[in-house]
Amino acid sequence: MANLPATAPVPASPADTAENPLSGIDQAAGNFSYKMDYEFDAGTGLSEKTVRYISAVKKEAPWILEFRLNALKTFLAKPMPTHWATKDLENIDFDKIRYYLSSGQKPKRTWDEVPDDIKKTFERLGVPEHERKFLAGVEAQFDSEAAYSNIKEAVSKQGVIFVNSTEGLREHPDLFRQFFGKVIPTGDNKFSALNSAVFSGGSFIYVPKGVKVAMPLQAYFRINAENFGQFERTLIIADEGAEVTYMEGCTAPKFSTSTLHSAVVELVALKGAKIQYITVQNWANNVFNLVTKRGVAHEDAEIKWIDCNIGSRLTMKYPGVVLKGRRARGEVISIALANDGQHQDTGAKMIHAADETTSNIVAKSISVGQGRSTYRGVVHIPKHLKGCKNNTECDALLINTNSRTDTYPAITSRGEGNSTQHEASVSKVSEEQIFYMQQRGLTEGQAMSLSVNGFINDLARQFPMEYSVELKRLIDLEMEGSVG
Amino acid sequence: MSVTTPDSVVGSFTAEVFDAHLASVAHLPAWWLDRKREAWARFCALPLPKRTDEAWRFATLTGLKLDGYALPAPVTAAGLGHTPIGIAKAGRLVFANNRLVASDPVAAALAERGVIFETLQNALRKHGDLVKSHLLAQPATLGAEKFSALHTALLDDGAFIFLPKGVEIADPLAVFHYAAGAGAAVFPHTLVIAEQDTRATIVDFFRSADAGAHFACGRNDLYASHGAQLTYVAAQTWSRETLSFQSNSTVARRDARVLSLNLHLGGRQSRHESHSQLQAPGAHSEMLALTVAHGAQEFDQRTRQIHQAPHTSSNLLYKNALLGRSKTIFSGLIVVDPDAQKTDAYQSNRNLMLSDDAEANSLPGLEIQANDVRCSHGATSSRIDPEQEFYLQARGIAKDAADELLTFGFFEEVLSKLGHEPLHDALRDLVKAKFQAQPAAAAPSPA
Repeated sequence: MANLPATAPVPASPADTAENPLSGIDQAAGNFSYKMDYEFDAGTGLSEKTVRYISAVKKEAPWILEFRLNALKTFLAKPMPTHWATKDLENIDFDKIRYYLSSGQKPKRTWDEVPDDIKKTFERLGVPEHERKFLAGVEAQFDSEAAYSNIKEAVSKQGVIFVNSTEGLREHPDLFRQFFGKVIPTGDNKFSALNSAVFSGGSFIYVPKGVKVAMPLQAYFRINAENFGQFERTLIIADEGAEVTYMEGCTAPKFSTSTLHSAVVELVALKGAKIQYITVQNWANNVFNLVTKRGVAHEDAEIKWIDCNIGSRLTMKYPGVVLKGRRARGEVISIALANDGQHQDTGAKMIHAADETTSNIVAKSISVGQGRSTYRGVVHIPKHLKGCKNNTECDALLINTNSRTDTYPAITSRGEGNSTQHEASVSKVSEEQIFYMQQRGLTEGQAMSLSVNGFINDLARQFPMEYSVELKRLIDLEMEGSVG
Repeated sequence: MSVTTPDSVVGSFTAEVFDAHLASVAHLPAWWLDRKREAWARFCALPLPKRTDEAWRFATLTGLKLDGYALPAPVTAAGLGHTPIGIAKAGRLVFANNRLVASDPVAAALAERGVIFETLQNALRKHGDLVKSHLLAQPATLGAEKFSALHTALLDDGAFIFLPKGVEIADPLAVFHYAAGAGAAVFPHTLVIAEQDTRATIVDFFRSADAGAHFACGRNDLYASHGAQLTYVAAQTWSRETLSFQSNSTVARRDARVLSLNLHLGGRQSRHESHSQLQAPGAHSEMLALTVAHGAQEFDQRTRQIHQAPHTSSNLLYKNALLGRSKTIFSGLIVVDPDAQKTDAYQSNRNLMLSDDAEANSLPGLEIQANDVRCSHGATSSRIDPEQEFYLQARGIAKDAADELLTFGFFEEVLSKLGHEPLHDALRDLVKAKFQAQPAAAAPSPA
């Protein structure tokens, strides 16, 4: 079935859209879609033909096609990782997914050129408005390809490259090819192989030596079509001493069938560089969100993942940092909110590969109703390293009696010169706190929201202000009706 | 290191070995023989652990080959070189190569009150129903199902302890399990049934009579009924060439308190699984372990704290000291069932790294399905705290002595929870002996 979704946009609740320019992370606000006539459609199901079609449409160099075809073989050969992961993965029907849908491969540089329905989509999500306000560059991906991509002139004059994956590999092959697929090899896992076979869209960014990009670069990923699979590929290279912040947001309409999102994100921070990668994931809760994200931090470099997962049916995502150079630093700040029918299986990976490297993981999850949140992590400090340190903290908050949380860390430490510490706790909202607030005139619901916001407050503050305000609002919304 | 698949999933434990064993225990009740046959079939059907088995993550699978072992010939107590542990005991059973070789029964007054302290074979014949409902009644679920099946199939004899309602025994009941002779395969078992409001301390000693490569595949079942207070200690000092699997199952009923302390010192590769079920309100399980790993020893400890009822608590503290090229794995899981509100559970794994070549793996896990709970865990790996070291040195204590003091201080936190002075001293002596026997300071030992 390849029926396109209904034409009429689903009316959003009055509270969002206009008054709330950042309502992009409110689930209801993303729940609309437009009927599109896609010019390019790879059809339903996955075969060598699909891969060849995607590659041909993109007019790719032969080595990329070869890379894709090898990846397809790897994908088909690898079993589903259900020996440790949830059996829900077996519900993905790879034969029913549409792997490539677009209306052209070249993104527009101004919003005026963007086709009306697509432009309306992003306007409803507030993307152009953010761009004017506080972003250095924006890429807006609609299904398989970027509909819009632009970088402020001042930033591009510094030599910063911000393009999509197709353009990046075509126009800057020398720059991107040397890192492409190196941080996350095709065979890393089944879904990184799938992405390598059918990837389309995503951002390729290069920040030259010493350049500090003052404002964040942003990508917005939008799924519009039903039964669709989005497979963006992002590669960010910060050259020596460079600094960049990248933010991504995403939404999709809620369909009764499942949608697949499987991205690969590779970060390379060369000597002394800093990369901060912020994700606010708010897919509709029919989306399988299976993403592989990893960065390599060279000497004195720093990579920080700020990862917030609110949407999707099942998210499996463990942003990682390979600490390759001396004194490199890796950090993962993770917030997950699992509501009814959702499983947020998130965490972090820290692979120490040089002396005096440090890593920090702080994860907080909230399970509401029958939601399930899982922390899964790896910390690895191999032999003969000195002065490596890891700190991991996981806190879970359970709202209802039948909410569920799991914690599965794996910590390997070799040698006496290193130290690791891991702590986790599970709790519920304190009855005394709620009582205290009710005494002072708050309703139970308000008290609950305040308490939950307090739980994540120290992490939410690390988000850009616009996001952290929205995060709070969103938690208030999600908490509605969860009490009593 | 390459991973080679062992030639056979049964190794030395062939059908002939099983048939011969079954013939030797033909006098035991039919239900037990049937269970053994079922277990044998399960053992043969189950594969050896694979690299992708989550329950065996980080374990060295090449070390698990079952070849080169045999059910050993009987030995006498005289040949064991049995050294006493120097504590007053309420009773003693000494098993060697799966058979009883010496015993001191419990006092007549206790026996009159109904205390049973004797061999499992005798219990199977005399108290069949009691044994049937508790012997190996809890399934092994932590990964070593295959080895648990082998244990059931080849279990020859072990200790049976029954404490009738209200009995309190002050001195420990001690059970020694010896393996003697190269390639000896032993299947130690201790079954403890503690009825309502009883109190007792039980100590299992696992020992090798010589330096041979032994195979030990043991289990112990502890059942603590309403209000029972059990202390269970297992001190493992197998030979340095021994491959050992030990699986512990604890069931705590209403208001029962079980403290188990496992001391792991011996063996080439030792896996210990410990499984506590808190089945009724007020039940508490204290799970303690102390491991001193040196040379190329590997200790693999897997635990589960299962809270099945509201208002239950558990507290786990596993400490490992790592020397030489040793490796430890701690994988624990706190499970809180959907209705087990007001659970209070803690899990802690502390690794003291005393060598640059040692490897500590921690997998502290939580699976929580109730919201009104207090569950937390912590895992750390680090060397001796330099500030503490400095503090002692500043007071005139040499660095080596300071390190030893701090290391013993590290162990003391576990041992002091025992609350039984003579036993505490005996265990500390075992740790000390291991510490002093370790291969010269930094030099990695040749296996």
